[in-house]
Amino acid sequence: MAYFFELLINGALTGLMYSLVALGIVLIYKSSGVPNLAQGAMVMSAAYVVWLVTTWGVPVFLAVLVGIVVMFIFGMLAERLLLRKMVGQPIIMIVMLTLGLEILLRGVGPGFLGAAPKQISIGLSLAPIIIGDIFINRVYLVGGVVALLLIGASMLFFRTRMGTKLRAVSDDHVSSWSVGISVERAIGVSWGLAGLSAIAAGVVWGSVQGVDWTLSELLFPAIAVVILGGLDSVAGVLVGGLIVGILGSVVPGYLDAVVGGGTRDVVTSFIILLTIMFRPHGIYGREDIERV
Amino acid sequence: MFYRLSGIYHTRYATARQLWPIPADRWQVYFLLLVGVAAPLIFSNFTLTSYLLPWLIFTAAALSLNLLMGVAGQLHFGFAAVMAIGAYTSIHLVRIGVPLEFALVGAGLMSALIGSVFGAAALRVKGLYLVMATLAMQYLVDWTIINVPAISGGAQATLQTPSTTFFFVPLRSDTARYYLALLWVLFVTLLILNIKRTSVGRALVAVRDKDYAAAVIGVNVVRFKLVAFFTSSFLGGVTGAVLAFCYYQAVTPEQFTFNVSVQLVAMVLVGGLGSVLGSYLGAGFVLLAPIALTNFAVYLNQMGWLNVSANLLSHIPLMIYGALIIGFLLLEPLGLGKIYDNVRKYLLVWPFRHSSM
Repeated sequence: MAYFFELLINGALTGLMYSLVALGIVLIYKSSGVPNLAQGAMVMSAAYVVWLVTTWGVPVFLAVLVGIVVMFIFGMLAERLLLRKMVGQPIIMIVMLTLGLEILLRGVGPGFLGAAPKQISIGLSLAPIIIGDIFINRVYLVGGVVALLLIGASMLFFRTRMGTKLRAVSDDHVSSWSVGISVERAIGVSWGLAGLSAIAAGVVWGSVQGVDWTLSELLFPAIAVVILGGLDSVAGVLVGGLIVGILGSVVPGYLDAVVGGGTRDVVTSFIILLTIMFRPHGIYGREDIERV
Repeated sequence: MFYRLSGIYHTRYATARQLWPIPADRWQVYFLLLVGVAAPLIFSNFTLTSYLLPWLIFTAAALSLNLLMGVAGQLHFGFAAVMAIGAYTSIHLVRIGVPLEFALVGAGLMSALIGSVFGAAALRVKGLYLVMATLAMQYLVDWTIINVPAISGGAQATLQTPSTTFFFVPLRSDTARYYLALLWVLFVTLLILNIKRTSVGRALVAVRDKDYAAAVIGVNVVRFKLVAFFTSSFLGGVTGAVLAFCYYQAVTPEQFTFNVSVQLVAMVLVGGLGSVLGSYLGAGFVLLAPIALTNFAVYLNQMGWLNVSANLLSHIPLMIYGALIIGFLLLEPLGLGKIYDNVRKYLLVWPFRHSSM
């Protein structure tokens, strides 16, 4: 039973860390309807930026601040230079553009900074916390807390003036224009915020598994999280993350020994497939109504 | 100039409806066909096996995917998995003694079956959700192949293709393998050219442009979506088998990963959605441009004009490849096929031009 609870708690914490990656996708999709498949590579780039700054002898928290500025600008630039030109194009073009960005970033980061895994240390001891028979990784715990804080902050953010504008933009671009909201700037800000959440995800995941190109593979569980939770729902990120994380930890915990490993991706794939078959808009997502 | 239209009078419907009504186009096709057939005599063995052969086979794959994405408008990000099913099925069939001709058909049917199951699962959704569903298919198929020893021959295993014959010609020489690939890509090309101008093709295009509207004018949307998934997966499966038997001659799961799927989608997009010629150009471009540019960087490095580390050099293809996708989408969303079309339309009336230009 302790084994089960250990899987459950670690899975929940991993899931919260997945939702940190997924949060960026949701922020962008909510405001502009663009599914950002480059979020995985943005997380990776963010981790590279923080690592690069720490190698200059800067303390981690300052490096994170620098990273926030860099990634915010990067997100705004990506929107301004790439995505804005694709307005009105079919969805395949937009999906492919973000995927192209993902591939490009996956080449640029490891290419210029070295492909060998790097360490980001956020000053935590590697010894696990032990409660009863349960081992909990400290970094996971911190990651989970950071995720909760950020998701809570973005829920609050949507109640501020800027957040209200973003919600208006996500409802309808034309009517937002007509009441004087700058749709372009709102979408730009959402990309900047996605860059910001990429920093959080990059630092947390980078300190868990090291900084290299495999960080960009977080895209796949993050996709499962946003599909399950609903593409345009911040609360859905939290719930979806918990479900994906727990199932992705408990099921492999019992099945891997039987079938020979790697069941986590299978669980994630099944979550995506079943959600799409039975409830395409996810748990909290808004159902799209289509007109001819 | 080259495509002169004057003096061409079609007096029967049959001549007006043929695939290439303008003689200049027809002669071009004949010429390229001649080059294709005579390629083993013209090119060195190295060029034949390491450039021409993969180019032809990946063209067939891009064409199969283009039928689904460009003509029928259904996105597919797991096409490498479809090809993997075909490759593994054909190898296992040949191993148990089935002749290659039937094994290829079997491979196609198996891929079509599994591909249509996933297609049917995703029938309710489209666009982004279809991308995600096919992405999940890619991961599931990958996992199944790796983790079922009966399919992959054990973890980390490589399955050699058994030596076999195709219509009494042993597939032992590079030339024989080249001709099989050429035959297959010609078949796919003709099939898709013809699908595009028949009622099936028009129904698929109607579904692509707006499925509800297609349903209103009496097109059975579900049926034609399934037809698109079935046909495309069938062609993709056979292409996977041809890829295994003619090019790799040994299959491992790593040859059919998600990255290959992305590469195939890139071929279709760089070439142009729905364009047959574009698939040829796109496959060539996506396969060869990173190789050529990496070679160029290596050359600059050797000349001492540029100092590039080995690590950076190994990541250059990835960067070029991402930049290519982004560049094409931003500058010419309809791809190389459209660029060719623009040039051709210009030359149709050269030295005159349409007033709107």
